[in-house]
Amino acid sequence: MTTTQERPLDKSWRGVGKNDADEIHTADRVTFTGGSRQLLDEILRPYKRAIWLLVGVVVVENVARLAIPYLVSVGIDSGIPPIRERDDLGPLLTVVALVLGATVVQALTRQLFLLRSGRIGQDLLYQLRRRVFRHFQRLSPAFHDDYTSGRVISRQTSDIDAIYEMLETGFDGLVTAFLTLVGTAVILMFLDVKLGLVALVSGPFLFWVTAWFRRSSAKAYRVSREKVALLIVHFVETMGGIRAVQAFRREPRDLEIFDELNDDNRKANLVAFRLVAWFMPGIKLIGNVTIAVTLVYGAYLAHDGEITVGVLAAFLLYLRRFFEPMMEISQFLNTFQSASAALDKLADVLREEPTVPEPTVPVPLGAGGGTLTFDHVRFGYLDDRDVLPGLDLTVPAGQTVALVGTTGAGKTTLAKLCTRFYDPTGGRILLDGVDLRDLTSDDLRSSVVMVTQENYLFTGSVADNIRFGRPGASQADVEAAARALGAHDLIMALPQGYDTQVANRGGRLSAGQRQLIAFARAFLADPAVLILDEATSSLDVPSERLVQRALRTVLAGRTAVIIAHRLSTVEIADRVLVMAHGEIVEDGTPDELVGSGQGHFSDLHQAWLESLA
Amino acid sequence: MATDLGPDPDVAPPAGVHSIWRIRGYLRPHLLSVVTMLVTSLAVVGTSIAIPLVTKAVIDGPIADGELAPVLPLGLLALAFGLVEAVLIWLRRWVQSTAVLAMENTMRHDLYRHLQALPMSFHSRWPAGQLLSRAIQDLSSIRRFLGFGLIFLVVNVVQVITVCAVLLAMYWPLGLVVAATAVPIIWLCARFEKRYVVMSRRVQDKQGDLATLSEEGAIGIRVIKAFGRSEHVAAQYETGARELHELSMDKVRLSSRFWTFLEVIPNLAVCVVLLLGAIGVGQGALTPGELVAFLTLLLSLVWPVSALGVILAMAQEAMSAAARILEVLDTEPAIVGGTVTIPEPRGHLRFEHVDFAFPDAPDELVLRDIVLDLRPGETVALVGATGSGKTALTSLVPRLQDVTGGRVTLDGVDVRDLDLHHLRSLVATAFEEPTLFSMSARENLTLGRSPAVDPASDAEVEEALDVAQAGFVRDLPWGLDTRIGEQGMALSGGQRQRLALARAVLARPQVLVLDDTLSALDVHTEKLVEDALRSVLSATTGLVVAHRASTVLLADRVALLQDGTITHVGDHSELLATVPAYRELLSADAELREAVSA
Ligand SMILES: Nc1ncnc2c1ncn2[C@@H]1O[C@H](COP(=O)(O)OP(=O)(O)O)[C@@H](O)[C@H]1O
Ligand SMILES: Nc1ncnc2c1ncn2[C@@H]1O[C@H](COP(=O)(O)OP(=O)(O)O)[C@@H](O)[C@H]1O
Ligand SMILES: [Mg+2]
Repeated sequence: MTTTQERPLDKSWRGVGKNDADEIHTADRVTFTGGSRQLLDEILRPYKRAIWLLVGVVVVENVARLAIPYLVSVGIDSGIPPIRERDDLGPLLTVVALVLGATVVQALTRQLFLLRSGRIGQDLLYQLRRRVFRHFQRLSPAFHDDYTSGRVISRQTSDIDAIYEMLETGFDGLVTAFLTLVGTAVILMFLDVKLGLVALVSGPFLFWVTAWFRRSSAKAYRVSREKVALLIVHFVETMGGIRAVQAFRREPRDLEIFDELNDDNRKANLVAFRLVAWFMPGIKLIGNVTIAVTLVYGAYLAHDGEITVGVLAAFLLYLRRFFEPMMEISQFLNTFQSASAALDKLADVLREEPTVPEPTVPVPLGAGGGTLTFDHVRFGYLDDRDVLPGLDLTVPAGQTVALVGTTGAGKTTLAKLCTRFYDPTGGRILLDGVDLRDLTSDDLRSSVVMVTQENYLFTGSVADNIRFGRPGASQADVEAAARALGAHDLIMALPQGYDTQVANRGGRLSAGQRQLIAFARAFLADPAVLILDEATSSLDVPSERLVQRALRTVLAGRTAVIIAHRLSTVEIADRVLVMAHGEIVEDGTPDELVGSGQGHFSDLHQAWLESLA
Repeated sequence: MATDLGPDPDVAPPAGVHSIWRIRGYLRPHLLSVVTMLVTSLAVVGTSIAIPLVTKAVIDGPIADGELAPVLPLGLLALAFGLVEAVLIWLRRWVQSTAVLAMENTMRHDLYRHLQALPMSFHSRWPAGQLLSRAIQDLSSIRRFLGFGLIFLVVNVVQVITVCAVLLAMYWPLGLVVAATAVPIIWLCARFEKRYVVMSRRVQDKQGDLATLSEEGAIGIRVIKAFGRSEHVAAQYETGARELHELSMDKVRLSSRFWTFLEVIPNLAVCVVLLLGAIGVGQGALTPGELVAFLTLLLSLVWPVSALGVILAMAQEAMSAAARILEVLDTEPAIVGGTVTIPEPRGHLRFEHVDFAFPDAPDELVLRDIVLDLRPGETVALVGATGSGKTALTSLVPRLQDVTGGRVTLDGVDVRDLDLHHLRSLVATAFEEPTLFSMSARENLTLGRSPAVDPASDAEVEEALDVAQAGFVRDLPWGLDTRIGEQGMALSGGQRQRLALARAVLARPQVLVLDDTLSALDVHTEKLVEDALRSVLSATTGLVVAHRASTVLLADRVALLQDGTITHVGDHSELLATVPAYRELLSADAELREAVSA
């Protein structure tokens, strides 16, 4: 498919990652996993009855619809002679009244069908959206690390759209078309068996073409879903980092990359579109050949007096009606193929189970006050590299621990294990004697809260963001939390105070303000164990000091793990842990460690003293 | 709201036919294809009319005459028409697939390109979800309409008119009856259009909101997890999804009524024609064959008329989608470059009575009367409390924001007169929140260097890594080719900051801006970085935002920013001795030293 004017696809900018093999695998996978079929079954199940009811409505509608041409032919055959012969309008009027009746019935049932099926479609989408969103929320950070936000977004936008498109165009067309098809086939046989059999010879051909299309389009659409996901991933990422893009004049290069992805997406779609371009006329051709053959054969039969002119006319009418829905069914098949590729992707996600599952038999949390115990904890992100080779540590309730150490020592990893972002591969972590894996996530989250380096803010007001720590909190509680941190004045200085909208990802605020709000959010959550992972790095010294001061009161009676690279933060700690290569190498009160005059912490302290000079 | 702000993501301007009309330019390169699509589609209608006419010929001719000879040729004619029809359909779809996808591609390209040029003030207000829904959902609505709906709108209208004309010619009294049904149909369509376009706009906006919520749920997942607030955000999302459900149901209700009417009207015409036609045949005014053909043709109108409903709905959707896209494309980039380039840049940066307010809060000056002169090669530290406007000040240099009063000059030239690309090649910033993209570490590092014009040599990359103490990159599984960023290796805050610093250094700027870049480093690393930075800064002009005394020491002079204005400029020790506010900001470390060593 490559043409000469194309640029060589230079993908070296992407670099190498550990999931590259998977990516290729998913894009090229052609075997039908059955995931989409199963998912479709599942989401349709609650609507089974409603759908059957709808099918009933459609049957009535189609009987009415199909009755019209039939009645017309009856009108011509039996309505005209009485007029000719004895000026008797009676039979004709009866037929016209019947046509009118059929029209009314058709209109009523059609409206009912459109409304009901529309509602079912929308309900389905709503349920699916809800389910997918919740599932993504349920999946563990480890999954999100690999899957990445762009893909999560693309599943919830472009994949859901593909399904929406099917429900919007397909749902309506399919049932009608299918019933028209069956109904017309019956009428055809009923009108004349010989002609009917000739017409039905087209069946195997239709079947064969359709089977071919299904096979080839399934693959094409699957590729196209992956391509559009990559496009979305790039789009979201560059729009999120637009500041750096602009400042570093990255636009041309980014555009080049975008064009490449855009073009990949176009090509993938082109393959699918071209399959349709063969498929649709193929179906049409089969229909047209059948009509021509029937016409000639029918003419002979009529000539021989085996059928009446009226029957032949009606037959040809119905034959057209037989092939018309074929086009609609093909159209549906097309959107269905696209939707089922999307459903496949969603089914893959829905099949994922959280790597940190909820306990089957949860153990209630006693009132221990937050003792954290690491018992031979082993953990690594990649199978062959342990970040924590075997950690033993007890943080008694109420103790404030400062965790220091070089970058990459595993401090953040330790914090993430405490909040159960990941489960240890060996050993146990206990909170008040209960294994974290035996706690419900509600219990765990209300006892252990972490403030991360990311301090992501959500769209909404400052108050909304602080309240995120405890959704039910009153305005007074929110303000109290901010006040405790010395953030109140700062927030009041914003144009609408607590009601100031933080804008896109908190862009309305300065980095320090964002950190303070993220802090207030954690204070409001009021957990037994508070973990701070380099949470004050963007604050100026006086603000940091206010936070420290606040911490001193807030942390009284609470267990705290403070990860910091600034020794100023260590001031309030009861105990200092120095970490290197996943192990605790020094452990003691700040004074002890400094006093020893050797070791990492003492060096750090020395370096820090020098930095102040 | 001020005009230079551009459209508000929450306020929808009206959409109409003009929005589609305005994007007609995208069809122009594909004019030939569009014409082909139109012609083939019309020809298809022709053949679909021709086949029943052949049928009529067979019924009225050979069968009535009892003459079998002409049947075969007529049958072959029907076959030929059938074949032609299939080929035409193939041609249309083939041409369509190429043209509409290329068109969609171009539009998406233009949209992306335009978004790249829009300033920070735009991006801080528009969530990526809203932009994404335009780039994906709205574009495919437009593609569907231009590639399919538009053609069939024309075809169906032409078909309806042609059939009416044929009917009129066949037997005008009945033809008139059929033509009269156009009146209620047109009236219905007009009514429908007005209401539907509003609804589809609402639905599209809501879809954008939902995309934004998905985005937040995905990007904020770790915060959500840390607080166990999945239920809370899921409830929010569900509220949005339910609203979308409601809005979509409005659409369903309206279109179900409209579509039903569109189907009823031609059927009513069939009733009337059957009645009058049969009477006509009875009185010998027309032949039975003619009536059959007439009714056949009339019945063939039912589909094109009822399909009009779907096509019109598609058209409304495309219109509001186009309006949504135009909203973005119509936003003039508020920051466009001048034409001046500095042949021999020295890096003399001056802030001359600069005032600044963010565009979305124009009355509130964040910076007031800033006067600061950074001589070539000089490094100035900027010290100020959280939220005092340091980042705002630094963003004025590469024109991520524009001053609202006064001017910023580089080597005597107002930065607004400089070619934007040129200006940004002279200034490099290491942001306080380092942004890494999902690309190889090398690509991330060389962001400021264009691979075509002046690629960074390996030696330069190594040097920058050394300066920023980012040697850890070499130890990544695939070295500099390792993908980092969200889709790659996770890096700690300190590691990201060092990469961002290395990136800024590697850009070899005349003016290096460091916005609190060392905040996430441990003391030890910080010291190493500072030592290495000193030599870099000696050659360039530096603006260094600092919270710590150690960083301030990198600078030749210090400027104290208080409440948006520079109150003191001087030497670190001098300010420490004479300015209490400065001491308050920077000397806390000393206080702590006593606390720790006590
Ligand atoms: N999501 C991840 N996948 C793979 N490796 C990781 C991930 N997160 C961290 N690491 C690696 O684990 C090690 C410890 O990281 P971390 O706990 O963040 O260190 P610290 O917080 O002490 O700086 C580092 O080598 C880091 O590169
Ligand atoms: N996009 C924005 N729109 C309006 N106000 C903003 C925006 N970004 C920041 N601000 C406000 O401008 C002030 C200065 O912010 P900033 O320059 O980031 O402070 P800092 O000195 O901490 O770097 C803050 O009060 C902040 O709330
Ligand atoms: Mg700042």
